[in-house]
Amino acid sequence: MEPITGKHARPLSPNIQIYRPQLTSVLSIANRLTGVFLSICAMVLVAWLVAAAAGPESYSAFQGLTGSWAGQILLLGGTFAFFLHLCGGIRHLLWDTVHGFELRQIYTSGWIVVAASVVLTLAAWIAGLTMAGPS
Amino acid sequence: MGRYRFRSPLGRATGLGTAKAGAGHWWAERVTAVALVPLTMWFAASIIAHGGSDHMTFTGWLGSPVPAGLMILLLIVLFWHTELGLQVVIEDYVHSGAKFPALIVMRFVCFALALAGILATLRIAVGGWAAAPSLSMASLLMQPSSMA
Repeated sequence: MEPITGKHARPLSPNIQIYRPQLTSVLSIANRLTGVFLSICAMVLVAWLVAAAAGPESYSAFQGLTGSWAGQILLLGGTFAFFLHLCGGIRHLLWDTVHGFELRQIYTSGWIVVAASVVLTLAAWIAGLTMAGPS
Repeated sequence: MGRYRFRSPLGRATGLGTAKAGAGHWWAERVTAVALVPLTMWFAASIIAHGGSDHMTFTGWLGSPVPAGLMILLLIVLFWHTELGLQVVIEDYVHSGAKFPALIVMRFVCFALALAGILATLRIAVGGWAAAPSLSMASLLMQPSSMA
């Protein structure tokens, strides 16, 4: 019997390189990617609090960073990632109650997650810009 | 109640499969997720309302008991959930000898960040930032006299 050395090419089951991207698989990896990205955003939250605790100078320096175009793009991405992870997470919690596993329901809830994330991101930014005012 | 209900009776009887706390991670991820739904909604609403505020307005708001308490609660649950999630990501994709150092460093960073956020919130809430000695000479010099 041949020793198992791993030198012989063995058949592998198809993985993500083989399959065409589908809503189900894209949302699955998106939930993980947004989770990692939101971990970085959580660092920004801590930086914000520490800057506020350190005093007005560091606080306005932080606001200068988040107010820059790069900061605004990061915040917009963070907002969308947050809502996608939130809605995707609620979808997972629904699955945990053993509901919504029919193929049609999986696609319906998937598109609801996408639509809700876009709408909530837009709503949050419109609300945020309105609160900031024209001044 | 809780995690023990998620193991099958056969799994419990044979004692096979996960060693003791298998469903614990899964269950903690769910509990923190449920807690984060209202906490992050509150945070999103707060950032919309106070994100653009000046320092005095912002610290005045965060320094009051309810926002400070909710912020500390958010930091605890958020970094707990972050730690659980990143643990799975590292376990899934890091297979070299770097796996355990990566897990340990990630855990330390999560704890440190949560602690930094909590201390910052407490500094703003208890006594206020102006009452405590400033973190740097620059910020000390920049303090308006009305804050003393």
